[in-house]
Amino acid sequence: MSQVTMTVNGKEMSGDAEGRTLLSQFLRETLGLTGTHVGCDTSQCGACVVHVDGVAVKACTMLAMEAEGASVDTIEGQAAPDGTLNALQQAFQDHHGLQCGFCTPGMIMSAADLLKNNPQPTEAEVRHHLEGNICRCTGYHNIVKAILAASGQDVSSIAAE
Amino acid sequence: MYNFDFEKPSTIADAVSALGTEDAQALGGGQTLLPTMKQRLASPSKLVSLNGITEMHGICTGDDGALCIGGATTHADVAAGAGAYPGLAGLAAGIGDPAVRARGTIGGSLANNDPSACYPAGALASGATLVTNAREIAADDYFQGMFTTALDEGEILTEVRFPVPEASNYQKFEQPASRFALVGVFVAKYADGVRVAVTGASEEGVFRWTEAEAVLSGTFSADAIAGMAPGSDGMISDLHGTGAYRAHLVGVLTRRAVTAAS
Repeated sequence: MSQVTMTVNGKEMSGDAEGRTLLSQFLRETLGLTGTHVGCDTSQCGACVVHVDGVAVKACTMLAMEAEGASVDTIEGQAAPDGTLNALQQAFQDHHGLQCGFCTPGMIMSAADLLKNNPQPTEAEVRHHLEGNICRCTGYHNIVKAILAASGQDVSSIAAE
Repeated sequence: MYNFDFEKPSTIADAVSALGTEDAQALGGGQTLLPTMKQRLASPSKLVSLNGITEMHGICTGDDGALCIGGATTHADVAAGAGAYPGLAGLAAGIGDPAVRARGTIGGSLANNDPSACYPAGALASGATLVTNAREIAADDYFQGMFTTALDEGEILTEVRFPVPEASNYQKFEQPASRFALVGVFVAKYADGVRVAVTGASEEGVFRWTEAEAVLSGTFSADAIAGMAPGSDGMISDLHGTGAYRAHLVGVLTRRAVTAAS
């Protein structure tokens, strides 16, 4: 065991990790931040997407020790401290961008990554960017709509409310 | 996965020394290695991360005009930073998904030499030079069959040098679940001839389709290779497609790549 320290959602946090401890495992089991979900554990489903030094990665396919000294942002850090949802989260709620909610943390973190680099994406760009995020409930349509709405675009023509 | 020791050196020399331990293994972005270890198909005693070695990150242009890419450079960084070689940037932009591209590295991909990976086609079609801590290896000598390369035990791919072609394009027919290439073809047109490299198709891993190269070096047009396809002997046959189907795809994708590059 070694001690790993990283800045998670703006706060410095430390914990013990083995060589094989995954970042997803460290966040969930050591730091208790269970918002980062583990769906497939094979880097396909994207439920575990977090940002490491500002870049979206799959936390189930990165070692905790690789994140030593890094700045990590998870779904827990997205809403304001009083619980007010950020624009992207609110758009998911407004446009019914989730059903069971399991994939949602990864969807939000991937979408945030997209909007940071491409503030006004097209529908095709949103769908392409979500290639590594799998949802088994929604058929993606309302997720895409929510992301476009969060980017400030008019989504009234995309589908009926 | 089984436990292992972890080291993250900051210099190539320290990494080489760390890899001296029995069953030690270099770690790039881990996008293939970690899933493989979870399945217990690999169980190294130690992982030596190459991601902390500053000199192995980044893209520059060499004195001879070649694009030099550090072994620990991610696919996302190549996609964004290899503008001088658009065919290669396009290849990098199509690997996996955005989160995978943010971690996966060019050195990791080329050291693994998955028979369906994209980078081997780009490196072979470019006649790239693979630079290690010990020597320089020509791409034509480097790829030695499925998951097999000229790298010795503990040898680290530190940089890859790509001569920049006059025109190039990579076409990938994706296996829809994994997004690996069911077949991928990279076409690169240089002043002294055209090179065509194929991934995903052959049981021997990436290969050059020399018959098409010979024709395209004379006339660089899709029409010049109309109806051509490599033989289906030795092509991969699995539940995704037969060898004959893959051989057919090689012809189709090569024509598309030539058209896109023209």
